[in-house]
Amino acid sequence: MTATAMDRIVDPGDPLPRISGHSSDGRLERVLRSGRFAVTAELNPPDSADPHEVYDRAVVLAEVCDAINAVDASGANTHMSSVGICSLLTRAGYAVVMQIACRDRNRIAIQGDVLGAAAMGVANILCLTGDGVQCGDQAGAKPVFDLDSTTLLQTIRQMRDKSTFLSGRKITVPPRVFLGAAANPFAPPYDYRPLHLAKKIEAGAQFIQTQYCFDMALLRKFMAKVREQKLHQKAFILVGVGPLASAKTARWMRSNVPGVHIPDDIIKRLEGAANQKKEGKRICIDLIQQIKEEEGVAGVHVMAYRQEEYVSEIITDSGVMQNRQPRRPRQD
Amino acid sequence: MTQPVHRSAGRLEAALRSGHFALTAETSPPDAASAGPVLDRAGCLKGLADAVNVTDGAGARAHMSAIAAAAILARHGIEPVLQFTVRDRNRMGLEADILGAAALGIHNILCLHGDDPKKGDQPETKPVYDIDSRELMRIARRMRDEGTFPSGREIDPKPALLIGAADLPVDPKPGWKPDSLIGKIEAGADFVQTQYCFDLAMLRRYLAALGDHGVLERLFIIVGIGPIASAKSARWMNENLFGVHIPDPLIARLEKAQDQRAEGRRICIELVQELSEIDGVAGAHLMAPKQEQACAEVIAESGLLARRKAA
Amino acid sequence: MYSVRHWSIRHSRLLEGLYRRFESTIAALAPLFERIGYGRLERPVAAFERQAKGLMFDCQMCGQCALSSTGMSCPMNCPKSLRNGPCGGVRANGNCEVKPDMKCVWVAAWEGSREMRGGDKILEIQKPVDHSLKGTSSWLKVVRDLRPPAPLSKAKKSA
Repeated sequence: MTATAMDRIVDPGDPLPRISGHSSDGRLERVLRSGRFAVTAELNPPDSADPHEVYDRAVVLAEVCDAINAVDASGANTHMSSVGICSLLTRAGYAVVMQIACRDRNRIAIQGDVLGAAAMGVANILCLTGDGVQCGDQAGAKPVFDLDSTTLLQTIRQMRDKSTFLSGRKITVPPRVFLGAAANPFAPPYDYRPLHLAKKIEAGAQFIQTQYCFDMALLRKFMAKVREQKLHQKAFILVGVGPLASAKTARWMRSNVPGVHIPDDIIKRLEGAANQKKEGKRICIDLIQQIKEEEGVAGVHVMAYRQEEYVSEIITDSGVMQNRQPRRPRQD
Repeated sequence: MTQPVHRSAGRLEAALRSGHFALTAETSPPDAASAGPVLDRAGCLKGLADAVNVTDGAGARAHMSAIAAAAILARHGIEPVLQFTVRDRNRMGLEADILGAAALGIHNILCLHGDDPKKGDQPETKPVYDIDSRELMRIARRMRDEGTFPSGREIDPKPALLIGAADLPVDPKPGWKPDSLIGKIEAGADFVQTQYCFDLAMLRRYLAALGDHGVLERLFIIVGIGPIASAKSARWMNENLFGVHIPDPLIARLEKAQDQRAEGRRICIELVQELSEIDGVAGAHLMAPKQEQACAEVIAESGLLARRKAA
Repeated sequence: MYSVRHWSIRHSRLLEGLYRRFESTIAALAPLFERIGYGRLERPVAAFERQAKGLMFDCQMCGQCALSSTGMSCPMNCPKSLRNGPCGGVRANGNCEVKPDMKCVWVAAWEGSREMRGGDKILEIQKPVDHSLKGTSSWLKVVRDLRPPAPLSKAKKSA
């Protein structure tokens, strides 16, 4: 069968028709640019060579979000690669955000992964630094960090907009991708964080997903500075949220996961609850509803590690989807 | 004799274990974010090659990732051999890609060192070399046979893969032992694909030495060959490709020919046919940069596939 | 040395001034360097640079010094060698995700930059590291980069 004959088969993974002014042909960019409040969620990859494991996890999430993040070896533990997961998901018509971390691959591998991902239908790439190798189960691995998240953004933007690799060599079909970066307003140096975000946006970030937000005061301070610099008009900011399973989990997280900040009043609220798990979910919903009211916030990014089944409930109960049904391949 | 256990579900392993003369070819991923160019190049090999190698950052230059190109081939019914260099990813990146490859229907991997970044167009790149190619084979074998990562963490289900390495046939001096190849077998290699070998007399001597050390029973040897474009090309290869020796009679033949390219093809077909008669050679690996069509024609015209069907 | 490193960051403004004078001095010496030959100068200058900057900043001799743009806090001391840090893993006490006993290099960089006259250079995007320069002298590179390339001879131009 010739390549052209292949092209005529309609695949649920086919990109949506091109819209002028869009960087990608994906659903997430459309939702954000149309002004709707977006919801993204995270899929934690399995330790398996079976594609069905990936699909089983995705099904739970897809009904309620605009795109699924395929996490790339978070906590420095190896799982199936993000490229692998994304290829499987795009084939089935899911909108994915591929995470590229700078820890495990150099610039040659990363540029290759970008082209490969785009060829497999990935429309969104989140550019991350990556956790240090020390927190995983192969602490002797050599950390690469050839690029950092900022230069990674520049690299992919050059590939997309100038159709060239970093070396200047031509790319015949450029990757049409919507570029994202992470931000953490909840860790020091607090004053620099909005300026650092500006740097990432200058480097090419078009959407942002933040670390978990449990502290509205800190978020409001950050967003005030963001609005001052009009950054919210240059990039879509999605604030990270997630359910805490218990007060014990919360305490563990804030001591053991650097960058996650959980204020005392949240922990007290959990401790005082009859059913801590339910309270954790309620706290998450409360936060989502407050975050939604914050000017300049374009959506939420739900991270429910080991509690993926709650993502659906949380999003539905919080009302942010406003009865939108995101997963409609070929109808958007 | 017990039936050999198949490690993968692929056509290449089936051909090798059934005693058929395997035919593999090679393709390089394009500089494009689209599936079309991958198939434009390698589509001609469908139904002809038992498997097609997908190179990984060859010449230390960025292209579409090998895993994506291989997944595209697999999806379109062409079995890939996914090449892994250890230059660009640390052990975690490599392990993650092995799992990803297995889930995407890729049955064969080839573990290589990789050209130094200084040879490519981005010499400022950080060379990784966290582990060497042998360690990568060991890790892949452990993932396949024991279903665990090096840390002991379980993988369920296990990836089913055929593991390969590269080899360079040499003229064995007296007392020479194939230490390197034995090392690769012990690390997990099920097969090797060699660099170009046009000197079949030398190859016979090499295989005899391997046979003496019991290597041939433990490893499938797929010999590298290719259609030479011209006498000038042949001389260039002799001078620039380490370990490659195109014998003078062949170069003379090319020189005398009216159409050197066609003669080069003819020579290749003859050599492939001759290789299929040599004991110890499990197959031929056709390499011709950006000339996948020429390799497809060589396979078709060699008559070896027809012979399989008749058998 | 770790303690000296932080002294340098605290005195970033002083060092900024000193470096500016140092840079104009070596730039003025460029014709001399050219006559001696950069090839010959590389080893002794790199050795001296390693000692001096090693003491003052825990310099890792990446060959492309960015100290003026990072508040005098060497980004190569970051375990992720971030040229545009910080990462999201900074601990609540301002210490590093990877090395919990070490102050985050970029928290320190921000503080150092606030003291400097040219401190806003921290807002500029730094290029990725060119690994082929590892171990070479940044000072000589600065001088070479400041000098315009020699003009082609007339004969070559008309060719």
